[in-house]
Amino acid sequence: MKASRQMFWFLASVGVFVVLLAGWQALADARLLPRAFFPGPDLTWRALQRGLASGDMLQDTFTTLRRLALGWALASVIGVGLGAIVGTSAWARAWVAPMFEALRPLPASAIAPVVMLLLGLTDAMILTLIAFGALWPMLLTTVHGFSSIHPRRLEVAQSLGLSRVELIWKIALPGALPDIMSGLRLGLTVALILVVVGEMITVQGGLGSSILLAARAFNAPGIFAGIAVLGVIGLVTNAFFAWVEKYALRWQRR
Amino acid sequence: MSLLRGLAIPAALILLWQGLAMWHDLQSDTLAAPREIILALGAALTGSTIWKDTADTFAAGGLGLALGFGLGAATGVLFGILPPLSRLMRVTVELLRPLPSISIVPIALLIFGFGYSLEIAIVAFATYFPVLVLTENAVRQIEPRLWEVARALDLSFAARVIKIVVPAVVPRLFVALRLAAGIALIVAITVEIAANPMGLGARLMQASASLRPADMFATLFWVAYLGWLLNWVMLRLQGLLFPATRGAPR
Repeated sequence: MKASRQMFWFLASVGVFVVLLAGWQALADARLLPRAFFPGPDLTWRALQRGLASGDMLQDTFTTLRRLALGWALASVIGVGLGAIVGTSAWARAWVAPMFEALRPLPASAIAPVVMLLLGLTDAMILTLIAFGALWPMLLTTVHGFSSIHPRRLEVAQSLGLSRVELIWKIALPGALPDIMSGLRLGLTVALILVVVGEMITVQGGLGSSILLAARAFNAPGIFAGIAVLGVIGLVTNAFFAWVEKYALRWQRR
Repeated sequence: MSLLRGLAIPAALILLWQGLAMWHDLQSDTLAAPREIILALGAALTGSTIWKDTADTFAAGGLGLALGFGLGAATGVLFGILPPLSRLMRVTVELLRPLPSISIVPIALLIFGFGYSLEIAIVAFATYFPVLVLTENAVRQIEPRLWEVARALDLSFAARVIKIVVPAVVPRLFVALRLAAGIALIVAITVEIAANPMGLGARLMQASASLRPADMFATLFWVAYLGWLLNWVMLRLQGLLFPATRGAPR
């Protein structure tokens, strides 16, 4: 009963989305929307098809995905590793953690000009930008996860005579996993924004540069097609991560 | 004491940086010694251009925030009171929400051209969805007994919103506003860095493109300070206005 009702509402809301798309199409057909900005779903779809058929858009998508994956992976290795060290050491928490907290409100994209100056308009610049920006949410959530181990578990570790590495691996890491996971997901959101920013600045291929170039050519359908692909990337990565989180933390459900 | 300990390592790093720069007689197009950065920051803050840039960024970010927060909170209240409406719009909202806000810059650029409107539109878009979700949740968590009171008093829809919903959600709305303000500043500066030639983001890009590292780092520290200050002021305000929310997520 409950499942069928959920299904009903899901289908109904898909219906609403389709109606909204049809409304957009109708407005575009009636020339009520300025064609230069809002080309209508049909033209967007055609631009998407043309882009995929010629292979340009496919290549841009792969470029963006590759940068996203590399930058995010780099950030997660550094962020979680550093976070584990700082989070499990009372000394590091007192001396180093305040510096991280102070840097937190800094907009990650503000680093772009610095990285640009150091590395030029290159692929490495985009990767560094993503890695640096996505690092912070992962680092902070990992530190939080590791520093909030229940004191009794620490006592257990002590009485079992666990070494620091064993403590991290067997006790702290499982406890910190939910925090780390949410950090990794937050980092992915930041990384997706930064890959677009980096590509817009450097114009070194990828969806970010392709939509900017489309704007310069007043090619609105091309922009919408690019935005649609970026939206799908955001949607799919988010959904995938929600699934991984649920799977990895299935033991934790109470 | 804990503040001193927190400052120790950054201070040591800065001294080390200065020492290395003096040792090697640093002459670089990409790096600057702390002394030069501090001098550049001092010169900038006594001049007028950085204040104009700061005002531009805050004006565009603030107006965008006002728009995005207003619309987001209104939609959130509506969705919270009318669950069927929220369920009907779910797919549309969930499809638009993960879209990175910066990706609509090109289309906004075609519509508005460079300037305030471009930035206001993007900030509004970026803040709309988080505020919508937080507000809807806040309305959902209103004590059920308040609804019974509303029903018993036979309140109209407008009276329900004004007399029951708004007073009950204001503290959590402020939390949403605080988070949205942080997003607004970040997005405003990002738009300026990626496209819009105004404000602090453009100042950073210009300093970088014309190889003035001292100016660039000075602006970067200024931006970091403003971000920290904004967060601090909003937290303070929240504590003052709604003491009950002190334990709320940061």
